[in-house]
Amino acid sequence: MLRPADEAELAEALRSASAPLHVRGGGTRASPARDGAEALLTAGLGGVVLHEPGAMTLVARAGTPLDEVTAVLAAEGQRLPFEPPDLRGLLGRDGVSTIGGVVAANASGPARVRLGAARDHLLGMRLVDGEGRVIRNGGRVMKNVTGYDLARLMAGSQGRLGVLTEVSLRVMPRPETEVTLCRRGLSPAAAVSAMARALASPFEVTGAAHDPRDGGRTFLRIEGFAASVAYRTGLIEAILRGDPAPSDIERIEAAASSRVWADLGGVAAFAGREGDVWRLSVVPGDAAGLVARLPDGACWLMDWGGGLVWALCAEGTDLRAVLRPYTGHATLVRAALSTIAALGMEEPRAPAVAALTAGLRAKFDPRGILAGAG
Amino acid sequence: MEMPRPDDRILSRKVDLVDRLVRLVGRGAVIDDPAAIRAYECDALTAYRCPPLCVVLPETTEAVAAVLHLCHEERVPVVPRGSGTSLSGGALPTADCVLLGLARMNRVLEIDTVNRFVRVEAGLTNLAVTRAVEEAGFFYAPDPSSQLACAIGGNVAMNSGGAHCLKYGVTTNNLMGVRMVLMDGTVVDLGGPVFDAGGLDLLAVVCGSEGQLGVVTEATLRILPRAEDARPVLIAFSSNEVAGACVSDIIRAGVLPVAIEFMDRPCIAACEAFAQAGYPECEALLIVEVEGSPAEIDDQLTRIRSIAARHDPVEFRAARDADEAARIWLGRKSAFGAMGQINDYLCLDGTIPVSELSAVLAGISTLAKDAGLQVANVFHAGDGNMHPLILYDANSPGELEKAERLGADILRLCVAAGGCLTGEHGVGVEKRDLMEVQFSAEDIEAQMRVKDVFDPHWLLNPAKVFPLGASRARRIA
Repeated sequence: MLRPADEAELAEALRSASAPLHVRGGGTRASPARDGAEALLTAGLGGVVLHEPGAMTLVARAGTPLDEVTAVLAAEGQRLPFEPPDLRGLLGRDGVSTIGGVVAANASGPARVRLGAARDHLLGMRLVDGEGRVIRNGGRVMKNVTGYDLARLMAGSQGRLGVLTEVSLRVMPRPETEVTLCRRGLSPAAAVSAMARALASPFEVTGAAHDPRDGGRTFLRIEGFAASVAYRTGLIEAILRGDPAPSDIERIEAAASSRVWADLGGVAAFAGREGDVWRLSVVPGDAAGLVARLPDGACWLMDWGGGLVWALCAEGTDLRAVLRPYTGHATLVRAALSTIAALGMEEPRAPAVAALTAGLRAKFDPRGILAGAG
Repeated sequence: MEMPRPDDRILSRKVDLVDRLVRLVGRGAVIDDPAAIRAYECDALTAYRCPPLCVVLPETTEAVAAVLHLCHEERVPVVPRGSGTSLSGGALPTADCVLLGLARMNRVLEIDTVNRFVRVEAGLTNLAVTRAVEEAGFFYAPDPSSQLACAIGGNVAMNSGGAHCLKYGVTTNNLMGVRMVLMDGTVVDLGGPVFDAGGLDLLAVVCGSEGQLGVVTEATLRILPRAEDARPVLIAFSSNEVAGACVSDIIRAGVLPVAIEFMDRPCIAACEAFAQAGYPECEALLIVEVEGSPAEIDDQLTRIRSIAARHDPVEFRAARDADEAARIWLGRKSAFGAMGQINDYLCLDGTIPVSELSAVLAGISTLAKDAGLQVANVFHAGDGNMHPLILYDANSPGELEKAERLGADILRLCVAAGGCLTGEHGVGVEKRDLMEVQFSAEDIEAQMRVKDVFDPHWLLNPAKVFPLGASRARRIA
């Protein structure tokens, strides 16, 4: 096991590697190691390098635990706006997420629907590619079009092109308060439509999810200064009530509201349950039609106003076939080895896009040292 | 500024090439008359001009693909152009290039207010996107000051920003997908009306690649619901330093204005003389705009007023109605015109960490004094995107060069302060040779490797972005 203490050691480890390595942040999301691949841990590259609250920027080494980043920000009343989800329960992992791992996975939670993904808040990075070359890109300012945006290319790359050693992020003020409205009893189609109306309103809904269990619960979150949240909650409530207007709308406040979204983002509903877990990225308006086509016995959950559908199905079910009539794609998040072998974790890309991806991997990692990534 | 020598072998084949292009896209879509071509000899960086070999104005993605395929086979460089509003020479032709203009591809293809996106052709103007959706209560957030004229394709190429990025981000944050033609004529779709594309985020590296990776012909854009209302305040200060500290404190307090604009004394004086906006007598001025319902706006302005009060402002002026709001913006919006009345100017675009504002402004003032030139500052302070305007006289020999040298020194200062060369205008040809100030040879090499994958023969907009020395071997290969 390799555990470099700094970027130079990491670069040396990659340069001198003669076989694929299994690069890991906290091991909370990465796929399991291939047979025999030596582990390379980034945990030695830790520490928040800079936090400027007045400029809304944070620079941290990739191995910094996510909790440490969150605590540093919270001390100044700030947060990561993209709400990285905690998937440990779902994936049956323990360990500690690192900020580098979060960025490499573009791990973005419910707030993404309004505030954007990790990649949207990534301002810059340092990276060591498969050849051990150190590459810096972007910076720590919010507007930067100097040269190609390699930093965002790395967000969500799962370490396929290189190992992040430092990331620079835009952070945002932590809202004074939050309220979640929960409407019971909507059908999937009615829920999608209610979420669309709320998201099209000027009231800046930062969470829009639907859980079909218990007769169906539709959740909408409003955040901000207390007076503004009170005002907006009233208006969103009116949108949720719709017609006919039976009103079983619950207001969930502050800490309880946060717990609702931590569970939704972490897909707690599927934790510990058997079956393959799929993540379907779809046009929100198609979500209701899609869940109606899921095989009997499948469980599902909608986030991002319907733009993200989580599904739990019997092992080996091919949800890509179900999704085919719609725009979007399906990724396996947790699955039996036989499912992975038969279907692959990711949906195959169009040939021209696959060729560009392969071309980039060949340039940044010609020897295939990072071939097992993702 | 140096450009590569045009390829004589291409120049000598002009007639044949034009002929073949006409056969592909029709006579009406090809311009080769020397007088008509001159309209395309420069973009908004008018100091540099060069007529292209010819101009092609295709109307479909298929026609773009056919043109690129031919140019690829014949190894003819192609320079894509949206509306030609680039301030960095992004659409500057070379004499041996085919200039590929997207102006005729300007249709709105799809408006989906339920799923909150639009799909448009790349030649459509930025403002036309908002116009297409505003009746339904939506807008397209990036708002470069050229938005009346600039094309979405150019916005994607340059990752354009605007005044409201503090809250809404820049093009890359509002771009969901593109249809793009690679140099060999292959059509690819990247992203689309879903949140994730899966796999490597190729869209992310295409946005801001200055037309060097492919020609974007369609874009899927996120549209946002318009806020209930917006209102600006004007806050005047007795020094740049105090104004800078106030910006930082506003952001820190958790208020997130949509825009924080900054003007220094030379700029205020010029705008006042030009537009008579009624700005107060002061050293530095902030325009802060907040959004929400009237009550929410009042609440945010109360918070901003109390923060500003700690910095002893010369004046705090809130707009009470639309007319007063317009007057507050009037001076700022006429800044570039006002400076143009005084003299020719170079507009820089360096970005710095907000915490360095006052130190960098002091540094700029010293550099300007040493150079014997006047600099006025007007910029997006909330995100640190500066726009120093260097005044010079284009008719006085050597003045442009002197202004360019001062500009380079100011950009070096921005980089040294932890910032970058360009926040929203792009590198183009203007800042190409300064890239080594910000990046190591390895950093630049990594970026060029991406172009190698998308455009192995370096035919698309080849003499931009990277220092000519760094890209030479690839361009002549």
